[in-house]
Amino acid sequence: MTSPSPAAVKAEDFRSETKPDWCPSCGNFGVLNAVEKACAALGLANKDVLCVSGIGCSSNLPGFLKAYGLHGIHGRALPLATGAKLANPALTVIAVGGDGDGYGIGMGHFIHAMRRNLNLTYLVMNNEIYGLTTGQASPTTMKGTMTKSTPEGCIENPINPIALALAAGASFVARAFCGDIAHMASLVTQAIEHKGFSLVDCLSPCVTFNKVNTYPWFRQRVYKLEDSGHDASNFSAAMTRAMESPGRFPIGVFYRSSGIRAYEDLDSTLSRGTTPAAAKLSLSGKASEAIKESFR
Amino acid sequence: MSGIAEAGTKAASFRLWIGGAAGDGIAAAGQSYIKACARSGLQVYAYNSYESVIRGGHVLFMAEAGTQKPCLQSSSCDILIALNQETIDREGPRAGKGVLFNSDRLRVDSSRLQSGARALGLPCGQLAQNPLMQNSAALGAAAFLAGLDMDVLAELLRETFKKKTTAVIEGNILAARAGHGYAVAHFGDSAVPVSGDGKRRMVLSGNEAMAFGAVAAGCKFFSAYPMTPASSIMHWLAPRAAAYSMVFKQTEDEIAAINMAIGASVAGVRAMTATSGGGFALMTEGLGLSGMIEAPLVVVEVQRGGPSTGLPTRSEQGDLFQILGASQGDYPKIILAPTGVEDAFYTMGEAFNLAERFQLPVVVLSDLILAEHRETVDDLNAALPIDRGVWAQNSGSGQDGFKRYAVTSNGVSPRAAPGQAGFIHVAASDEHDEEGRLISDVHPDPAMRKAMMDKRMRKLDSAAEALRPEVLEGPADADLTLVSWGSSCGAARHVMRCLNEGRKTRVNFLPIRNLHPFRSEEVLAILKRAKRVMAIEENYTAQLCRLIRMETGFDIVRRWLKYDGDPFDPEASVRRAEEALHD
Ligand SMILES: Cc1ncc(C[n+]2csc(CCOP(=O)(O)OP(=O)(O)O)c2C)c(N)n1
Ligand code: SF4
Ligand SMILES: [Mg+2]
Repeated sequence: MTSPSPAAVKAEDFRSETKPDWCPSCGNFGVLNAVEKACAALGLANKDVLCVSGIGCSSNLPGFLKAYGLHGIHGRALPLATGAKLANPALTVIAVGGDGDGYGIGMGHFIHAMRRNLNLTYLVMNNEIYGLTTGQASPTTMKGTMTKSTPEGCIENPINPIALALAAGASFVARAFCGDIAHMASLVTQAIEHKGFSLVDCLSPCVTFNKVNTYPWFRQRVYKLEDSGHDASNFSAAMTRAMESPGRFPIGVFYRSSGIRAYEDLDSTLSRGTTPAAAKLSLSGKASEAIKESFR
Repeated sequence: MSGIAEAGTKAASFRLWIGGAAGDGIAAAGQSYIKACARSGLQVYAYNSYESVIRGGHVLFMAEAGTQKPCLQSSSCDILIALNQETIDREGPRAGKGVLFNSDRLRVDSSRLQSGARALGLPCGQLAQNPLMQNSAALGAAAFLAGLDMDVLAELLRETFKKKTTAVIEGNILAARAGHGYAVAHFGDSAVPVSGDGKRRMVLSGNEAMAFGAVAAGCKFFSAYPMTPASSIMHWLAPRAAAYSMVFKQTEDEIAAINMAIGASVAGVRAMTATSGGGFALMTEGLGLSGMIEAPLVVVEVQRGGPSTGLPTRSEQGDLFQILGASQGDYPKIILAPTGVEDAFYTMGEAFNLAERFQLPVVVLSDLILAEHRETVDDLNAALPIDRGVWAQNSGSGQDGFKRYAVTSNGVSPRAAPGQAGFIHVAASDEHDEEGRLISDVHPDPAMRKAMMDKRMRKLDSAAEALRPEVLEGPADADLTLVSWGSSCGAARHVMRCLNEGRKTRVNFLPIRNLHPFRSEEVLAILKRAKRVMAIEENYTAQLCRLIRMETGFDIVRRWLKYDGDPFDPEASVRRAEEALHD
């Protein structure tokens, strides 16, 4: 597939005519912006990008990106993206969604997608709340936080997506903050470039239903891993950094492994260079005769 | 009928049962035996009744081979090969000619056998070098009793054990020849020789036919989570997928299975998943997604006994209403239920074409007996017609503005897949406009919503016409019309065959292959002409009868229902039909 040269592609080329329906200053604008920038930086062709989501405010993102989109059902962005990527590995498949979508209802798929290490990029817009359903506790809601569904404060421990991803074998694990779009765009670019599963947990404030984890709240707590001497090839160092939240939120690349082979390099069909989407459908006479003979 | 052969004459059929514990190698022995029959020009129907344990449960392999294809498993046998004492005690009295057993280890009390049946002891220690080869010795003896050519069996044993050492292969063949020789010398009176027509046939199960059908239909993506009795589709496809440019993915659950298949479909390939009732329950939300975003999809549902975990290794047809009602809202879907093994193959070809022509989910509804029993098939035409439906052609001008969900007269809109230039769009599960933009919350548009519903649902009108017509089998006029679906069609065909013997026209049969959309006028016309109607199905609430009443207003009051987990008994089914003829 021929791609235009990076210099020729601008971020605006990935902006759809459909205007986002998010609340003004919702963190998700930043993520959309970063995705447009990353696709442009990589010189991708719009037609070769497929953006897949689940359901939630954040999951509406594919509708605002000028690329093929699949707006799926709640929690199923990753299996949908997996199927598309396996059928046509030439596509750049970016799965997006919320913390409820990915770390709640879709948690099973999340873990398995990471251990599978298919070449997918997964961006989770983590606002520590269920936005679309107007403010219930999410799996990343901090203990003690009062929400519509936790009127006396959340009594469960939050999920630590970074630590979980590391434990599940994700080969690229990063966190970004919507308050720094250039940094986020660079992380999304690296994530897309990484051959294997890549997670970017995007701290993306919900300005309407989360009055605790606000832009200023995050800004006081984030710091950049690359400025603090972190070695992203060191798994235990990554785990140590991952355990700092919720007090501090390191942003940047926690871990990047080049040693784990991507699923498509191991799958018996794809490793032969087969693209199912381009394969001939009907069986040759010889092949069907061989199958029939095996039944005789 | 079968098994009654005058000395020197040929019988119409030979019924062999092999019983023992799970893990005794019965499936492999049975497979070699039926293949030998199929290669010898006989028609075969075989059913392996097993329990869901790897070792220890009782297994009974029931095969009937003859000049005419049997429609279902027999309720008794000519010869029983008993591999353990329990089989002798449980099944021995149902053998008409004799019980073959290892006389070194087991005992048969002749007084407990039918008159005319013999205890056919094989001194396996003498015949086989190794106790593991006793099945082959017994098979050799059975081959003689059925009148099969020992060389055909030897060839099959060579194939069955091809991955083993030469010593194992030759040992098994020697054991089979020794068993054969021993039978020639000692069991001549018990032989029930049948002779075939010389045609070398295929023998395959419903699941194998479906898996082969999917490959022949150009399915390039198969995702599934293991669940009996659907798993053998996976077992057949997994090692072969790469050779047919298909990706097979075992998933973390059935929700992932259906969603991966939908993702693959959106990327432009023919995609399928397969499961049983419990797994299908988890897939329901995905089925609706396929309907909403108009992503073609084939879902195979192989029913087993329910509810809940139910009867994992027993058959039932209790999921029809689950499929009919699956997923929220009104959306178009097609449900097809193949009526036999050969039909299962061709139905898969049809399912993929319908899915793509009408851009909707097609559920192919099977059941454990259809899936697992094996029967001979003369031939299959694997050059299946492939119709991929309408696709957006030529590069569109801009990047936006492609009407993926264009309102058309038949409701089908040209589709496009990622990678195609000029047709960028979002396939959205929220209600959307022609371009795929959401009209759900922020920009409600009741007129467009209605247009989209109408367009999607309209596809069913053309789909109903595109379905294969339902056809009455047997005489046009009969005293009793049977109605059935899925594997229960076997019982109906058996009843029709028995009651019409001697060119009588007492019974005809309407198999219902298309469950949704329902070809109501066609079915009603047939039912109205019928003198008496009786339905045969394997469930408690007569689900097909309920569907027929819902779709046509016709109430089938005579019902032969079964839900105890066992297949229909041939004789009891005939008796029930006799009653219906006289009620
Ligand atoms: C199966 C199912 N259950 C529940 C819902 C309702 N629902 C829609 S979005 C959502 C949670 C959204 O939270 P999150 O994924 O964090 O996205 P956000 O809106 O915060 O971006 C829920 C519970 C649904 N659409 N489908
Ligand atoms: S509700 Fe929250 S997450 Fe949703 S759009 Fe508004 S600010 Fe963003
Ligand atoms: Mg959220």
